[in-house]
Amino acid sequence: MFKRVLSLVIAVMMIAGAAMTFSSCTTGDDGVFRLGVILLHDEFSTYDLNFINGINAAAKALGLTAEQVIIKKNIPESNDCYEAACDLVAEGCDVIFADSFGHESFLLKAAKENPNVEFCHATGTMAHTEKLDNFHNAFAAIYEGRFLAGVAAGLKINEMIESGKITAEQAKMGYVGAHPYAEVISGYTSFYLGAKSVCPSVTMEVQFTGDWYHETKENNTALALINNGCILISQHADSMGAPTACEDKGVPNVSYNGSTVKDCPETFIISSRIDWTPYIKYICEQAMADKPIDTDWTGTIANGAVVVTEINEKAAAAGTAAKLEDVKAQLVAGTLHVFDVTKDNYITVNGEKVTSYMADVDTDDKFTPDTEAIYGGYFHESEKRSAPYFNMAIDGITILNNEG
Amino acid sequence: MNKENKASAAKEKIKKEPLFHIAKRAPLPFWKSAMIRVIAVLLALVVCAVVCYILGEGKVNPLELFSKLFEGNFETERKIWRTLKDIAVLLCISLAVTPAFKMRFWNIGAEGQVLVSCLASVACVYYLGSSLPNGVLLLCMFGAALVTGILWAVLPAIFKAKWNTNETLFTLMMNYIATSLVSFFLIIWTPDGSSSLKEFQIGQLPVVYNQYLLLVIIVALLTVGMYIYLKYSKQGYEIAVVGESQKTACYIGISVKKVIVRTMIVSGALCGLAGFLIVSALDHSVTTNTVGGRGFTAIMVSWLGKFNPFIMVLTSFLIVFLEHGAQEVSSDFPAINSAFPSIITGIILFFIIGCEFFVNYKLVMRQKEESAK
Repeated sequence: MFKRVLSLVIAVMMIAGAAMTFSSCTTGDDGVFRLGVILLHDEFSTYDLNFINGINAAAKALGLTAEQVIIKKNIPESNDCYEAACDLVAEGCDVIFADSFGHESFLLKAAKENPNVEFCHATGTMAHTEKLDNFHNAFAAIYEGRFLAGVAAGLKINEMIESGKITAEQAKMGYVGAHPYAEVISGYTSFYLGAKSVCPSVTMEVQFTGDWYHETKENNTALALINNGCILISQHADSMGAPTACEDKGVPNVSYNGSTVKDCPETFIISSRIDWTPYIKYICEQAMADKPIDTDWTGTIANGAVVVTEINEKAAAAGTAAKLEDVKAQLVAGTLHVFDVTKDNYITVNGEKVTSYMADVDTDDKFTPDTEAIYGGYFHESEKRSAPYFNMAIDGITILNNEG
Repeated sequence: MNKENKASAAKEKIKKEPLFHIAKRAPLPFWKSAMIRVIAVLLALVVCAVVCYILGEGKVNPLELFSKLFEGNFETERKIWRTLKDIAVLLCISLAVTPAFKMRFWNIGAEGQVLVSCLASVACVYYLGSSLPNGVLLLCMFGAALVTGILWAVLPAIFKAKWNTNETLFTLMMNYIATSLVSFFLIIWTPDGSSSLKEFQIGQLPVVYNQYLLLVIIVALLTVGMYIYLKYSKQGYEIAVVGESQKTACYIGISVKKVIVRTMIVSGALCGLAGFLIVSALDHSVTTNTVGGRGFTAIMVSWLGKFNPFIMVLTSFLIVFLEHGAQEVSSDFPAINSAFPSIITGIILFFIIGCEFFVNYKLVMRQKEESAK
């Protein structure tokens, strides 16, 4: 026994010896610009794929070589994220970007230890309260995109009412949500309002899956909503579960994160998504020029970060494209606000219009509401910080479960 | 057809012996079994190189791939520490499951036992953190982790001892309960609905030299302790006997039920320690994925290490080494599929586990007719 242990110990020492020779070839900052990326999953998740596409497009636009972009995939929301960030620093990265909400506190830890490297975090909420020079948050005013997609959904429902397929009272949409979190609430409310802006009688049912990515659950939830009488489905979760359920049942679907027309040619109408290319390009350009990066960067329709995909003419109502162009122009011009509280039969809570709402903008342990968000006639979403904070429960939307 | 006819017909059919048959080997001298293992690793590397060349469409140089495996673990001092840390955590959980497996108690619930201990530690920080000094808080966390770890392990053991329930299913089910409990509390603790608890700043183990050294020392001591416990203590001997044969144990007057429950208490307590260490020394937070499958990997570490804590140091090193190396490969070769490193890991583990067959058995080829006569 002793002999065996001894020889194994010697083997370890030999490996460690080999390691020491490798350890001499550390790369540090050598003047070459490098972008480091930390992803929660890999290209098989639509969420991460959307980031990968944005990163590749930005790298191409900036002429970065493959060696200048280092991507670490499948990094969980744990101490591993901190380790991955430290790895990227050691590999000479000047800007490090992480894509998942739960990465934030671990990325923040790395940012505090490496003041010369810029850390950018998508979907996070802590940058504007931490006040570190090298830690930044970014998100997009995706509610504008959801609103546009909602308009397309409303037009489709109008068409169904006109053709006698359903009555105005049967105009009920279904929404598959991940968690009852501000990002999701803001998303489905703006989607609902988009539909309501063209089809006043519409209502919506929301059911949560408690998972960001769970194909079976999303599929079953969509089917449950359809069986419950929903005539159009949209979702905020990352798998193909809901779109495929819609295609199977022949129910129109408004998607998210990207077009699903390839798998759902009969039912896919349109999809909204965040295009991360402008932000990745922005942080790289700022870092290369040694200029500061915004603490909170919000992508909009105007700066190209909020986009809708091409319309599937086969499923969408006639005239959708023209109407969307019109609405989009109004959103960009600022003449139309998604969360307008002054309009009649639009945003009400218990039948009353809303004039004040304290939102939880500065994250603290108890999640206390701290900032008035309604003034000037509308709820100012994504303006106080980039991540969404709209979480009002408005009339017309029924939550079927509260599973988180 | 009667029996005799059948037998003679069978004899007619099999005129010859089969081409080869499998026979148990006498224990091999150390150098021979070591040779078999070395050959297995070399073969695995060759297969990896071939697969790598085919899948990488010629763009990936296999030699470079192997050097990346090393780079992922040892390139810098920080990476070496990270490797040590991950070995320590995996080894700690492996040590926890070892007594139970040595007793042939199929405890596949380490994942849940560790996770629920993590949850208990975090609960202490969440509810008591603001009112207690750090040292007392750490003690509370440790105590809570031990109690929950033991509870999760001893419940299946009691049922097994009293009513002979199936411990594999029972411990597996306890994992799901642990995961659901974590989701449940995360919903309560994060009213914003994100289920993402921020890293807390209190209830952290003190930093000795760097944030990982203390963890490594604790697990190193534990390894030695477990070796002594299993090899030299009376309880360790009882575990071995129960594992070999429960009837023998009964015959020589060992209370099997008592040993089962007691061993699972030890196992659960060590899982509790692992959970406490993960929370207080590393993550300072909890998610449903905090243990991340290590509760199951630990079983492989333990079996591969033949329940010997010192060999388990090596087997956990092997698994961590492959994992880190694979991660390095996937970030350095963006051209290849991100599932590729898992393939490499799979091939190497396949050969290493597979070679155990050749250590224990041999193939006996059919003798030639002449020599048979």
